[in-house]
Amino acid sequence: MENKQTNFAKLFFSTAMVVLFGAIIYGIWAAISYIYPGFLKTQLGFIALRPMHASAALFWILLGATAAVYEGLNYLFPNQINQKIAWTQWALWVIAIVGIFTSYFLGQFGGREYWEFNPYWALPIALAWLLFMFQFFSLIRKKRNWPVYMYMWMTGIIFFLFTFAEGYLWLFPYFRKELITDLTIQWKVNGSMVGSWNQILYGSSFYLMDRITGNEKVGQSKLAFAMYFLGFFNLCFNWGHHVYTLPTEPYIRYFGYVVSMTEWIIFIKIIYDWKADWQQATIHLYNIPYRFIMAANAWVFLNLFLALFMSIPAINLYTHGTHVTVAHSMGTTIGINTMIIFAMAFFAYEKNNPRDLKEKIWLRRFFWTMQISLLVFWLSLISAGIQKGFWQLEANKNAFGDMMLNLKPWFILFFISGITLGISISGVLFQLLKAQFAKPIKTSN
Amino acid sequence: MQFKPIYFFILICTGFLVYSFSIYMYPPTSMNGLTNDEMTNAAEGKMVFQKYNCQSCHQIYNLGGYLGPDLTNCYSQEGKGELYIKAMVQSGTNQMPAFRLSEIEINALLQFFKAIDKTGSSDLRKFHIEPNGMIESNGK
Repeated sequence: MENKQTNFAKLFFSTAMVVLFGAIIYGIWAAISYIYPGFLKTQLGFIALRPMHASAALFWILLGATAAVYEGLNYLFPNQINQKIAWTQWALWVIAIVGIFTSYFLGQFGGREYWEFNPYWALPIALAWLLFMFQFFSLIRKKRNWPVYMYMWMTGIIFFLFTFAEGYLWLFPYFRKELITDLTIQWKVNGSMVGSWNQILYGSSFYLMDRITGNEKVGQSKLAFAMYFLGFFNLCFNWGHHVYTLPTEPYIRYFGYVVSMTEWIIFIKIIYDWKADWQQATIHLYNIPYRFIMAANAWVFLNLFLALFMSIPAINLYTHGTHVTVAHSMGTTIGINTMIIFAMAFFAYEKNNPRDLKEKIWLRRFFWTMQISLLVFWLSLISAGIQKGFWQLEANKNAFGDMMLNLKPWFILFFISGITLGISISGVLFQLLKAQFAKPIKTSN
Repeated sequence: MQFKPIYFFILICTGFLVYSFSIYMYPPTSMNGLTNDEMTNAAEGKMVFQKYNCQSCHQIYNLGGYLGPDLTNCYSQEGKGELYIKAMVQSGTNQMPAFRLSEIEINALLQFFKAIDKTGSSDLRKFHIEPNGMIESNGK
């Protein structure tokens, strides 16, 4: 008798997609406050909508990353995933999501930026991640000579849990009392945590390329490991650019500065590999997951370029605390993280449900609308940020409210491109949901 | 000799832990003489700041939201100060709703603003660029 196994990659992908749809709705709703100040401020204003949007976007990435790892584990260790652990992990996530969004609707906060919910809701998330880590290690210990993406998954899983716990050190009076150390830790956590889910997703991208091209040697090469260790080193120590203006000890700022400059190596490698990547792309361009990976690579290039400039303190002085930072975080979460999760989701769904031509035409339209909208969205935020940056350094600067009024044309562009971006992402989600509920096509062999 | 990635992994992890604990254990010396009581009260005020999700719109040391102004030095800014902060919090603005803070909460919040103001300046005009590209504060 066939052992009926739940496909946890699909379960987590579908949960992630519901959350992503929420992130789009809350994001557009929150952005109205930039154009109509005080929009619904006494009912459901920006104070609640920003955390709703940010948390939903974070949960999309974390659940999508979880799904991507389950997709890989299911391939590497068929029918060996512990069902009870995976179901409990999923249930804990659902409890956390329902609890967090209910508390936001009720106006109950108490946490820190991006994690504004009351700290007790962090417990189910931490437990879910702990179970995920247990599941992961109980499987990977059976395999020897891990390819680089398994190291990347392991790094991301361990470091997310560590940084997530570190992000709650403020619960102890010792840490809370030291105002500057507390702020330093907060931004150390934010920087390293982003690195942790990037490790999971870049690892997934590596895994996917191995599967699509059928070239498994790349994942064992010394160069692949060298690049992984460089990324890992940056995960650990490249967060100093957040705290250049904080009155911390100088060694923290200088160390962050030096480490961030090592990312030029990654940037130069992207340029060096460009021709080979392009030739490879022309072979696989018809492949939808590959196309999303290519889009993610293009966004890595643009955002890494921006990040490198923002990491130079003399330039950071102009961009710090401005919408350039928002452009960078939006550019990476949508342009890189979301594209990789979409690539993995299409890869997981397409195996059983090849799309018909009509759907592919729509998918192509949504794909390109998404890329163009994101580019306009990204550029409008950078432009607003640069304008604000100059305002911050003016000798006789006008009032904050007047400056915000001057930025309004950029905010209108940001809002319109945000709507088209939201529509195109929803269009892609719809294609994925259709594939989720389509009957699998049986192959005769 | 065979290449063992796990050793590099452990090495970087160790470096990360040592660096993290050095940050936890040795707070900066730039707290400008804040007393233990001032620091404890400021920590309580920061909890109020979080409870009402002020960070959604406002920044401290240019870190936080983008809809409202940075509040690091609002306590000592010309034309602002305690009464101004109280009035803003209680009556709100066009963008910001009015908050119903208790007397204890508003006092705690003021203690937080007073303490964070003492630690330095978030005004980027008060920084200069070093020849190596680093920026340094000129002080308050």
